[in-house]
Formats: sequence, C-alpha cells, structure tokens
Amino acid sequence: MSAVGAPASPGAVRRSESSSSWRLSDRIGLGFAWLLGLLFCAVAVSIVIYLLIQGVRYVRPSLLVTSPSAGYTQSETGGFLDPMIGTLIVALLAMAIAMPVGIATAVWLSEFARPAGLARVAESTVEMLAGTPSIVLALFGTIIFESPALGFLSQTSGGIVFGRSFFAAGAMLSLVALPLVVSTVREGLQAIPTHVREASYAVGKSKIATTRRVLLPAARPSVITGAMLGVGRVIGDTAIIVVLLGATLNLEGVGGVPLLGTLRGTGSTLTSYIYDNAPTGDYNQPNKAYAAAFVLLVIVLALNAGVDVFARRAKELRWG
Amino acid sequence: MVSQDDTFVEASRGIDDDRRAELTLGALVCLVVLLLLGMVAFVLREAWPSFAHNGLAWFGPGGSVDNQIQAIFTSGDLREAAQYTFHAWPIVWSTILTTTGAVVIAFVSALFVAVFIVEFAPDWLKRVLEPVVRLLASVPSVIYGLVGVLVVVPFIGNHLVTQGEKASVTPVIQLSGYSLLAAVLILTVTIAPIMIAIFAEGLRSVPRGWIEGSLALGVNRWRTYWKIAVRTARPALVAGTVLAVARALGEAVMLSMVSGSVGFAPNPADGLIFLFEPSRGLAATIIRNTEELSSPPMKHTLYAIAAVLLFSSAMLSLIGWAAKRPMKRYLVAGGSP
Repeated sequence: MSAVGAPASPGAVRRSESSSSWRLSDRIGLGFAWLLGLLFCAVAVSIVIYLLIQGVRYVRPSLLVTSPSAGYTQSETGGFLDPMIGTLIVALLAMAIAMPVGIATAVWLSEFARPAGLARVAESTVEMLAGTPSIVLALFGTIIFESPALGFLSQTSGGIVFGRSFFAAGAMLSLVALPLVVSTVREGLQAIPTHVREASYAVGKSKIATTRRVLLPAARPSVITGAMLGVGRVIGDTAIIVVLLGATLNLEGVGGVPLLGTLRGTGSTLTSYIYDNAPTGDYNQPNKAYAAAFVLLVIVLALNAGVDVFARRAKELRWG
Repeated sequence: MVSQDDTFVEASRGIDDDRRAELTLGALVCLVVLLLLGMVAFVLREAWPSFAHNGLAWFGPGGSVDNQIQAIFTSGDLREAAQYTFHAWPIVWSTILTTTGAVVIAFVSALFVAVFIVEFAPDWLKRVLEPVVRLLASVPSVIYGLVGVLVVVPFIGNHLVTQGEKASVTPVIQLSGYSLLAAVLILTVTIAPIMIAIFAEGLRSVPRGWIEGSLALGVNRWRTYWKIAVRTARPALVAGTVLAVARALGEAVMLSMVSGSVGFAPNPADGLIFLFEPSRGLAATIIRNTEELSSPPMKHTLYAIAAVLLFSSAMLSLIGWAAKRPMKRYLVAGGSP
C-alpha cells in the first residue's frame, strides 16, 4: 500500500533530539505513546505465551488422530480429529465458492465496470457484506437451506428439511470470505499499470484474453494473499458454524454416498469444538479446548506467514 | 473461450469474446448483488411480525426479556395464540454499553500504539511488532473468548468483586465474574489489533515530505506526528473505527461466552458495581436461542434482532463511506496511492 515504506533511514539523526526542551503536553503525549506501546507489547506477549504454555501442556499427538467420543473424564473423550477434518472441509467448500465468484467480481469491477451505476452498487454491496455480522448471515442461511428446493443439500425427515450441513455452512462462509478476496484481487489488478494492458491490446489480444493471460498471472500473489486472508476468516468464524453445521461433535453423514453424505451431514470445526468445550459450552472440557485453540492458532500463524511471503512478493513485482 | 464459429474473423472473434465475457461477469456480479438485496429483504420480511406487534416499544424497557423470550418460544409450541410481546431494551443496552466501551478504549489506545509502532519505537521493536499486530488481528475471537472465560472471568469473580457487593445484589442478580467488565476488556483486546493494523497502514502512507517539512520548521517530533501525520491519516482512522465497530456489534460467540447470559441491563447510576453485572447483547441473544428457531414467533423475534444488527451495520458502512468521501482530496494532494 504505502509508497514510502518504513521510515528507517533518517531515524538515527532525529533520535538524537532530546525531548527535555519540549512543551509539557508534548512530553506527556510521547510518554503516553511509549506507555501504551509497551503495555500492548506486554499484553501481546502474555497472550501468546499463555496460549503456548497451555497448548504445550495439553496437546498430545494422540488428540490429533482420535475422534471425539462420549466419556466422563477428559481422558475418555477422545481427540479432535473430526473437528480438524471439519475445518478443512468447510475451508475448501467456502473457498471453492468464494474464489471464482470473488475473482470474477474483482475482474469485472477493475476491468469492465460498465454501467457505472451498477459498478457503484456492486462496490457498496460488497463493502456492506464485509460489515455484515456473521450471525445475520447464519440466520439468513437457515431460511435458504430449510427451503424444500434445497433439501438435497442437507437431511430431510418427513418432508421437513433440517437445513444444517457442511454445504449450508460452506456456502454462507463463502460470503464471509468474498469481500476479502474481492478487495485483495482488485487491489492487485489495479496495481498493474495501464501500459501493460495496452501492450497486450496492441498485439491484437481481446480484453478477456488479456485478463486471463496477462493480468491474472501478474496478480497471482494478490490472488493467493486474498485466498489466505479468506481462509483465515473462514476457519476463525464460529457463529455460522454453530448455527448452520448442526451441533454434533463427530462427522455424521447422511445417506450412503461416502463424500457427498458427509457434506450433506453435520459435524463440527475447531472453532465450534472450542466453543462447546469452554466452561460455558455443552461439554466443558477446558483442557481439550486449550489444545484445540493451540492447533487453531498454529494454523492461523502459518496462514499469516504465508500472507507475509506473498504480500512481499506482490510488492517486489515492480513495473518499470 | 474460443468461439465455435470458425467463420468469424480474428478481430471480430475477440470483440465477440469480450462481449460475452463482460455479460457473463456482469451477470455474476448482478447475482451477488441480488443475493444480498434478497438477504436484506428476507430478513426484514421475517422480522416484520415482531416489529409490527410491538412498534417502537420493541426497543423500550418493560418486564424481563428472558421471560418474554420463554413465553414467545412456548407459544409457538402449544397451539395457542402466538406471543410477540418483546421489549428488548436490556439486550440493546448491553450491546450499546459493550460496543461503546470497547471501541472508545480501543480507539484511544490503538491510536497511540499505532503512532508508537510507526514512528517512536526502536527499529528492532518495530520489526517484531508489525507481524505480532497482524497475528493478533487474525486470531479467531473464540480463542479470546476461551482465554476470557478461563482467566479473566474467574479473576474478576474471585478478586475484584467483594463479598459485600455480591450480597448487596443477591435478590436481583448473581455476580460470578461473567460481567460487563470482562466483556469490554476482551472485546477491546479483540478489536484493538484490527484498529492498530489499519491505523498504522494509514500513518505509514502519509507523505514523508510533509513530516520532514514540519520537522525542518523546528516543530518537535511528537507535535509533528500528532498534528500532521495523524490528521492526514484520518480516512484510515475512520475506516479502522468503522470496521472495529462492525466487528464489535456482530461479535456473538465471544460475548456470549464472557458476558454472562442474563437479559439484564446494568445501570451506571448504581455506581461502579454495574461493571460487574452480567448482561447479554443482541448477537449473543441470537446465538443462545438458535435451537429455538422451530417456533415461528421465536423465529420472527430472532430475525427482528438480526434486522436491527443488519440495519446498524448498514448505517455504519454509510457513515464510513460518507466520512471517507470529503477526505479523499487529502490523499490526492499528497500524491500517495
């Protein structure tokens, strides 16, 4: 984003200035900034270290490969293999919808955007979607997926559609990821200077061919960044999962077809596992919740590192 | 994407492809827009019976919300007249209190922390802090909720609330640590990193020349940063605040974990004890009652709550858009992207 970059070089010179000659209000302001900055460091460090310690205390390799089961003590209730698979399924489903739609929307907004009125409406709609609470999306999802026409996406008993399944949750979660994908890809496309497009038109390429062969490959780091940001939001969302994935800890498929049955069935993800295992949830097993939180945190950390790498690559791509 | 009709000449095929692509993409975008407009229409339609029955009293105080919710739910089960009486003041008030409290605290601290990170921190600390801020901004809120419910809530319940305070309100409510204070604290920790990240990005894109110009005039570093960089970055401040408020309003799971699940309106007039009183916000109310969607009146009531949330977040986007508009010229004048 920034054209200036981190202000590094002149710092050494200016830092020699002493603040003793400053006005009192300025000194108080500076002190306050230092105080809050260091307080923030302290809070950040304590949160990270606390979660690390709890994670290392409670994560066992066996937890990662066993399914949750009923039991009286925390040693009997199994691990969280199913929630991890659930997180994976939900992320894949949501991104399978959000990526094509998001890239298409971004391309249209950045390359075509005619008529201008529709472009403005689309832009503000996507912006509004970014601000919509996910719990509202979840409630909306219950209306859609309980309609008889979409009964094949979840389980049906006696003509009543249950409306809770991986399909339902994935579809609604794609709306959570969509604004992030659109804005990141669009930014990447707009960073490509016009003369690149013109060079392609000059050799007789059509607009859409230019987009597919030149612009999208050039914007690939942005596309990947958008996807990772989207996945980060999707796996961190809890409200939609709690409402739309049913409340079963294990993956419970419907019907005989293996994969399709699972997708039509209910399950859980790491976030809903944490929610259920917190003292306020249905199961109350804090140790398991800590372990799951640690695993989730590691995934988020990995995604963040990935975003860093690709965002830097997007910046390194300079157009002379 | 190649046209099947071989009789087209090269050039016209390109134009043809373009037209088709534009129409396809345009149709897809229209579909997304229609889906979202449909969502708004659906939510409002489902919410209408509850609003129509209660009128403006929906937002007002009166009776116990929890009893009303119970009555609404059971009236859908038994085949009697559907109950719609709902006075949501305690949960609206809880949302207002937690959101305002957290956003005010987070805004002030995020502004100072962002200035610190961008300008005043030593270089090695800057390099460490930037990824840390981004990590904290992307930690799922349910993890913050877990830490809150296992660390902050017991601490408040065992150490901050005195026995005398607990006894003084026993007839009305139980003070166990699930409190407004815990909700505001955890919500602040959740939204502050988002604000810091956006504020810092705005501060970094302030043209360097403006700051150096001010420094060259002999204005000290703090005053330069406060008067020039922070003011130039106002669009980022607005954008970050709007996003953070939207997050705070829609935060359902985390708040339902730490704020206690009682439809009770903490009253600041009671003195500081109101900080220790439990409450439950709008979004948390929805998530606590999703199992009861099968009861039609309950469904309409929950959708009414969702409509209030949707309306607030739409207004928020509008405010953000309106506030950013006149500020665009600053960025254009500065020549930054």
